[in-house]
Amino acid sequence: MELIVASSVGVLTAGGVYLVLRLRAFPVILGLALLSYAANIFLFASGRLRINAPPVLQKYGEAVYTDPLPQALTLTAIVIAFGMTALLVMVALGAFIEAGDDRIDMTEADDAGKAVRKDGAA
Amino acid sequence: MSSGSSLLPIIAILPFLGALIPGIMIRAGRTACASFTAIPTLLALVMLGVLAPAVMRGEVIRAEIEWLPQLGLSASFFLDGLGLLFAGMILGMGLLITLYARFYLSGEDPMGQFYTYLLLFQGAMLGIVISDNILLLLIFWELTSLTSFLLIGYWKHLPEGRQGARMALAVTGAGGLAMIGGMLILGNIAGSYNLTDILQQGDAIRASDWYLPALILILIGAFTKSAQFPFHFWLPHAMAAPTPVSAYLHSATMVKAGVFLLARMWPVLSGTEAWFYIVATTGLVTMVLGALIALFKDDLKALLAFSTVSHLGLLTMLLGFGTKYAAIAAVFHIINHLTFKAALFMSAGIVDHETHTRDIKRLGGLRHLMPITASIAVVTALSMAGMIFFNGFLSKEMMLDAAAETVWAGSAWAVPVAATLGALLSVAYSFRFIVHVFFGPVRDDYPAKPHDPPFGMWAAPALLAVFVVLIGILPAAIVGPLVAVAGGAVIGGGELPYYSLKIWHGVNAALIMSVIALAGGLVLLALHRPLDRLWQVAPRPEAKVIFDGLVAAAAGLSRRITEGLHNGAISRYLAIFVAASVALGYVAWTGGGLAPADRAMLPIPPVVAIGWVLLAVATALVVTMHRQRFQALVLIGVIGLMISVGFVYLSAPDLALTQISVETVTIMLLLLALHFLPKDTPRESPLALRARDGVLAVAAGGAVGALTFAFLLRDFSPISDYHLANSYEGGGGTNVVNVILVDFRGFDTYGEIIVLGIAGLAIFALMETLLRGQAARRLRNSDQSQDRSRDRHPLMMVVATRAMLPIALMVGVYIFLRGHNQPGGGFIAGLVVSIAFLMQYMASGFAWAQARQRIGYHDMIGWGVVIAGLTGAGAWLAGKPFLTSAYGYIKLPLIEEFGLGSAFLFDLGVFLTVLGAVMLTLYSLSRIARYAGETVNVEPMDYDPSQRAGAVGRGGE
Repeated sequence: MELIVASSVGVLTAGGVYLVLRLRAFPVILGLALLSYAANIFLFASGRLRINAPPVLQKYGEAVYTDPLPQALTLTAIVIAFGMTALLVMVALGAFIEAGDDRIDMTEADDAGKAVRKDGAA
Repeated sequence: MSSGSSLLPIIAILPFLGALIPGIMIRAGRTACASFTAIPTLLALVMLGVLAPAVMRGEVIRAEIEWLPQLGLSASFFLDGLGLLFAGMILGMGLLITLYARFYLSGEDPMGQFYTYLLLFQGAMLGIVISDNILLLLIFWELTSLTSFLLIGYWKHLPEGRQGARMALAVTGAGGLAMIGGMLILGNIAGSYNLTDILQQGDAIRASDWYLPALILILIGAFTKSAQFPFHFWLPHAMAAPTPVSAYLHSATMVKAGVFLLARMWPVLSGTEAWFYIVATTGLVTMVLGALIALFKDDLKALLAFSTVSHLGLLTMLLGFGTKYAAIAAVFHIINHLTFKAALFMSAGIVDHETHTRDIKRLGGLRHLMPITASIAVVTALSMAGMIFFNGFLSKEMMLDAAAETVWAGSAWAVPVAATLGALLSVAYSFRFIVHVFFGPVRDDYPAKPHDPPFGMWAAPALLAVFVVLIGILPAAIVGPLVAVAGGAVIGGGELPYYSLKIWHGVNAALIMSVIALAGGLVLLALHRPLDRLWQVAPRPEAKVIFDGLVAAAAGLSRRITEGLHNGAISRYLAIFVAASVALGYVAWTGGGLAPADRAMLPIPPVVAIGWVLLAVATALVVTMHRQRFQALVLIGVIGLMISVGFVYLSAPDLALTQISVETVTIMLLLLALHFLPKDTPRESPLALRARDGVLAVAAGGAVGALTFAFLLRDFSPISDYHLANSYEGGGGTNVVNVILVDFRGFDTYGEIIVLGIAGLAIFALMETLLRGQAARRLRNSDQSQDRSRDRHPLMMVVATRAMLPIALMVGVYIFLRGHNQPGGGFIAGLVVSIAFLMQYMASGFAWAQARQRIGYHDMIGWGVVIAGLTGAGAWLAGKPFLTSAYGYIKLPLIEEFGLGSAFLFDLGVFLTVLGAVMLTLYSLSRIARYAGETVNVEPMDYDPSQRAGAVGRGGE
C-alpha cells in the first residue's frame, strides 16, 4: 500500500511539473492542479497509512485511530488549493481576454506595449 | 536617573506627534497653521529647559524603555552637554524657521505639507542627538535622510529640486548604510549598543583589530552627511530647496549631524594616527576648497552653501586635531556658525523673495532699498568673515591658534598656512557678499522692486544677528557655561583644557594669521573680476556630471543584469526552480543518513491496485493529451475521484468528502472558464525543450515519490495523541479532525477562511477591472455563438435540479450539524450547498437564479469571517484566550445528538465564507459571460411545455 501511495505522489508530481513547464496558461493550471493533488496526498501520508481507523472517537472498546492532525491540515489545504486554482483561472482568463492569447511568457512586445502605455499616460 | 528622565522620550516623540497637526490646521488658515506648528516645538523646548539646569550642573539624564533587551534593542535616550547644545539648536532654530517660513512661502505652496515635513525632520534630528542606543540613533539618522529628501524636493515642479533631493538622498543614504556597518562593529567590540557604555570603552575600541574598519565606515557616514570632500557636491544642489529649508537643514541641523557624530564619538575614536590624518586632512581640504569655490559663485545661496561646506570642513578639521583645546573650539564654532549662517541664509532668502533673483551680478546697492535686511546681512557676514567684535572672530582665532600648533606629517607649516588660506578666502567671499549685494550704486534693473519685508520675516534673522553681536562682545557671559558643559561632554569628562573666551589675547600667532587673512582677502576681492574670468575658463571637474555618470552606469549595469536574468520567460524561471529544488533535495539526501525501515507495509488489495492504475493512466493521459483541453479536464476529474476513494480507504472520511466536493466545484469552474479560452493548446515547444521538461519532471516526480516512500516506511512519534485524548473532553466532539479544525487549531482555520474569502473578493475585483477596460470591448465583439447549445436550459435538467435542491440543501445542513461528531463540518457543508446552487445555475442560467437569491455573496464572506472572529473573541469575555471553545449538547428529534457550542458558531462562519467565496467566483464568471453577449433568460427553461403558445424563442431578451 505504501508503494501505491508513494508512486501516486511521484506520478502526480511528474505530470504536474511537466505541465507547469508548458507555455500556455491552461496546461499550467492543470499542472498546478496535479501538483496540489500530489502535495495534499504527501501531507496526508506524513501521518502514515492506516486502514479502518478513522479518527472518529468510538464509544465502546479500545479502538485504534489514525493520526488526525495531518488530515485536518490536508483538509484546509484542499480548500485553499481550490481558492488558488480559482484565482489563477480568473487571472489566466483576464490575461487571455486582455492580450488575445494565453501565453504565460512575456514577450518583447508585451514590454514594448507597456512602455508605450506609460509614455502615453505621462 | 533623575526625576526628569521621563521627559526625554516625550521630547523625542513630540515632533512626530506634532507632524499630524499642520495637515489639520491648514484648513484654519496659514497663520493658524504656523502657530499650531510652533506648539510642539515650543513644548519640547520648554521640557528641555526643565532638564537644562541639571545638565548644566554636569548631570547626565537617562531614560530607557526596554524592547528586546536580549538583542540590545531598547529605546534609550540620554542628555548631556553636547546633546543639550544640539537639541537646543534644533528646537530653537525650528521655532525661528517656522516663523520665517510663514512669511516666506507663497500662497500657492502647500504650507501644511511643508510644516509636516519640517516637524518630521526636526523629530529625526532631535532623535539623533538624544539617542543613547546607537541602533536607535541609526534609525533617526536614516530618517533625517528621508525627511530631508521630502524637504529638498518640496517644490516638486522644479526639476532641480527633484534632482537635488535625489542626489542628497543617494549620497547621505549611502553614507548611512556605511555607518550602520561601522556602528554594528563598534557595538560588537564594546559589547553594548548603548552610547553611554561605548563611550567608556575608548581604549578597548582603539586597541581592537576592528578599529580601522569601524572608523572608516563611521567616517563615511559622517562625511557624507556633513558634505566633506569628496562628498561635498550634494549640498549646493540641495539649495534648490526653499530657503527656510536651506537655513534649517544646511546651516544649523542636518549637515551638523555628521559633525555631531564626530564630536559624540570623539572620546572613543580620536587620538590615533588614522583619526588625525583622515579627519583633519579631509576637514582641511574641504575648508580650503569650499571657500575657494564659494568665492566664485554668483548664486547667493550657492555661495552660502559652499561657505557652509568650508565651515563644516573647519569643524571637522578641529575635531580631527584630536586635542582637547581644538574640540572645545569646535563646539564654540558650532554655536557661532549656527547663528551667523542661518541668519545669512534667511537674508539671502529675503533678497531672493524681494528682488526675484539670487544672482550677485544682478544685485548691488540694496542697502539703500532694504536697510534692515542689509544691516542683518552685513553684521552676520562680518561674523562669517571673522571680523573682530563678532562671534565668528572668536572661534576663528581659536581655530587658528589650534592650527598654529599642529604638525602635519612632520611639517609645522602645512596646517597653519592652509588654515590661513582658508580664513583668507573666507574673508574674500564674505566681503563679496556684503559689497556686491548691498553696496555700490542703486540699480534700476532689478527683476522686482525691492523693499524690506514685513517684520515677521526679518524677525528671525534679526534675533540671530543680535546673538552674533552679543556673543562677539561678551562671549564668556553669554555662552561660556554652555561651551564648557558641551565641550566637557565632547572630550569625555576629565579636566577641561585651558581656554578663555575673550576678544583680546594679545599679539599672538593667531592674530597675525588673522591680519594676513584680512589683508589678503580684501586684495583678493579687489582682484575678483579678472580672477573670476580666469576661473570661468579654467577646466574643473563638474561633480554633478560625474555623479550622474556613476548613477547611469550603475543603473545600466543593474538593468543589464535584470534583463538578462529576468527576461519574461516564466517557464524558464519555473524550470530553474524545479531543477534547483531537485538538486538541493539530492544534496540533502546524500548529506543525511537514513534510519533503517521499521514499519511493515500494508497489503495491496486488488481494488486498490485498479484504482492506482486508473490514477496513473489518467495522469499519463492528461500529460499526453493536454492539448485537447476538454478531454484533459475530464481526466483530471478521474484523478480527483480516485484520490477521494483513496482517502476513504485510508481512514480519512473527512478528506474524501472534501476532495470530492472540491473536485466537482473545480471542474465546473474550469469548464466555465474554458468556455472563453481556446479549446486547444497549440504545439509550440520544440522536441528538445519537451525532452528537457520530461527529464526534469521525471527527476522531480521520482525524488518526491522516493521521499514519500522513505518516510512511509519509518515510524515517528506524532503529537496528535493529545488531540485524540482531549477531543471529547476539551473540544466536545468525537470527530477529531473537525475538532482540530474548529478548536485546537482554530486560529489556523480562521486564517484559512480569511484567505479563501480574499481569494473570492480578489476574483470579483479582477473581473470588475477587466470589464471596465478594453477587455470589455473585445468581449462584446467576440463570437461565442458556435459553442452554444440550442437548448441551453433543458427541461429535464431544470426539473431534476429543482427537485434535488431541497434534498441537497438538507444534506448540506445534515453534514454541517453532524460535523463535530461524524465526518462533515463547515467546509464540506459549504461546498455541498454551493454545488446545490451551482446546479440551479447550470440548469436555468446564472442571472435567472441570481434574481431569486436574497443574500449577497460579499455579505456572506464578510459575515462568515465576522461570525468566526466574534466567536473566537467571545472567549475573551470569559477571560480566556482567543478561540477557546465552550459547548453543550442538544438533541433535536429525528437527528442524532450534536454539540452546540462556540465551535458550532465558528463552523457556521467557515460554512458561510466557503459558500460565499465559491459563489462569488461563479458570479464573476457569469458576469463575463453576460458581457460576451450571453442572453439572460426570463423563464427557467427554454422550452416550457406548460406554456404552449409563445414559449419558443423566448429564451432571449
